[in-house]
Amino acid sequence: MINVIWLLLLVTGIVYAALHGRIDVVTQSAISAAEGAVSLSLKLVGVMCLWLGIMKIAEVAGLVKFIGRLLSPLLCFLFPSVPKNHPAMGSIMMTLSANMLGLGNAVTPLGIKSMQALQQLNPQKDTASDAMCTLLALCTAGFTLIPATIIAIRSAAGSVNPTEIIGATLVVSFMATVSVVIADRICRIIYHLRARR
Amino acid sequence: MFIELCQQVSVWAIPMILLIIPMLGYFRKVKIYEAFVEGAGEGFYTGIRIMPYLVAMMVAINIFKASGAMSACIDQIASLLQFFGVPPELVPLGIMRPLSGTGALGLTTEILNTYGPDSMVGRMASTILGSTDTTFYILTVYFGAVGISRPRYSLCVGLLGDLIGFLGSIYICRWLF
Repeated sequence: MINVIWLLLLVTGIVYAALHGRIDVVTQSAISAAEGAVSLSLKLVGVMCLWLGIMKIAEVAGLVKFIGRLLSPLLCFLFPSVPKNHPAMGSIMMTLSANMLGLGNAVTPLGIKSMQALQQLNPQKDTASDAMCTLLALCTAGFTLIPATIIAIRSAAGSVNPTEIIGATLVVSFMATVSVVIADRICRIIYHLRARR
Repeated sequence: MFIELCQQVSVWAIPMILLIIPMLGYFRKVKIYEAFVEGAGEGFYTGIRIMPYLVAMMVAINIFKASGAMSACIDQIASLLQFFGVPPELVPLGIMRPLSGTGALGLTTEILNTYGPDSMVGRMASTILGSTDTTFYILTVYFGAVGISRPRYSLCVGLLGDLIGFLGSIYICRWLF
């Protein structure tokens, strides 16, 4: 799947540029994107160090486990393959809460931390486990209680009522989250049925 | 009032976390400085591990964008989507949203400035931005950090979420406002 999409992006881009006599754009954009990717991941390093450090304190203090236990029935339903008292539960809970509060750059390090915890339970290290797929689905659905960025750009654009879209974003992202969880379950069942054959 | 509250929450949340967690750790007799440094040490390797995945994804997306293939796709899809009641002004945002976070933010700002934040299209664009996320980026970074190169069905599920968020925003705004 990811191979097909990656190839499609490359092929359509290069062929289109060639047909429109702009083949030089390809080289230029490929190189600048590669450089951009490196500086982006270096930029991530700082934030990552900060949040992984804070998370370590929370973990040693037992806070991560405590937070995981708070909503454990819901988490057990969403992640049946993760043992009830596994530290991954706490990380997942913190990731989802940071996501809901719209804490921007704190979400990525926390999400990575959860993925690392789930990777310990993963029997096939190069393939995403069921729990990893579910977590990714929840994060990409982007359920946010306070869309701070949007409110900011709306008031910057001179809106009379910048927050009036909050109700709509809540309903839509809740719907998207529920349908993504359902789709994830269906895909999981299909995947396992196919694997058994 | 509410806007004030939202701004306060987003300003205070991170400082409060940075205050409460070390304090709690200290009172629970954790060697907080050592624990922080130990945890932060992992940050560097994680960033480095993500790098090849980010390069692969960003190069492909950027070639697709810069060559003009993306806007050609948008023109093709726009007429099809119009059939489902999607305003053509929003189609670029719908395509950009899962690919690039900064790109989508830029497009939304442009839409808000051109059509006005309180126009129907402006409200729809704001709702789309608020109820979806940059699926390709999240997938690349989260899975890249732990060395997963086979994401199975998660890309499909993520993109389905984006599609539902996109169409849902348009229908709900039309019904609400």
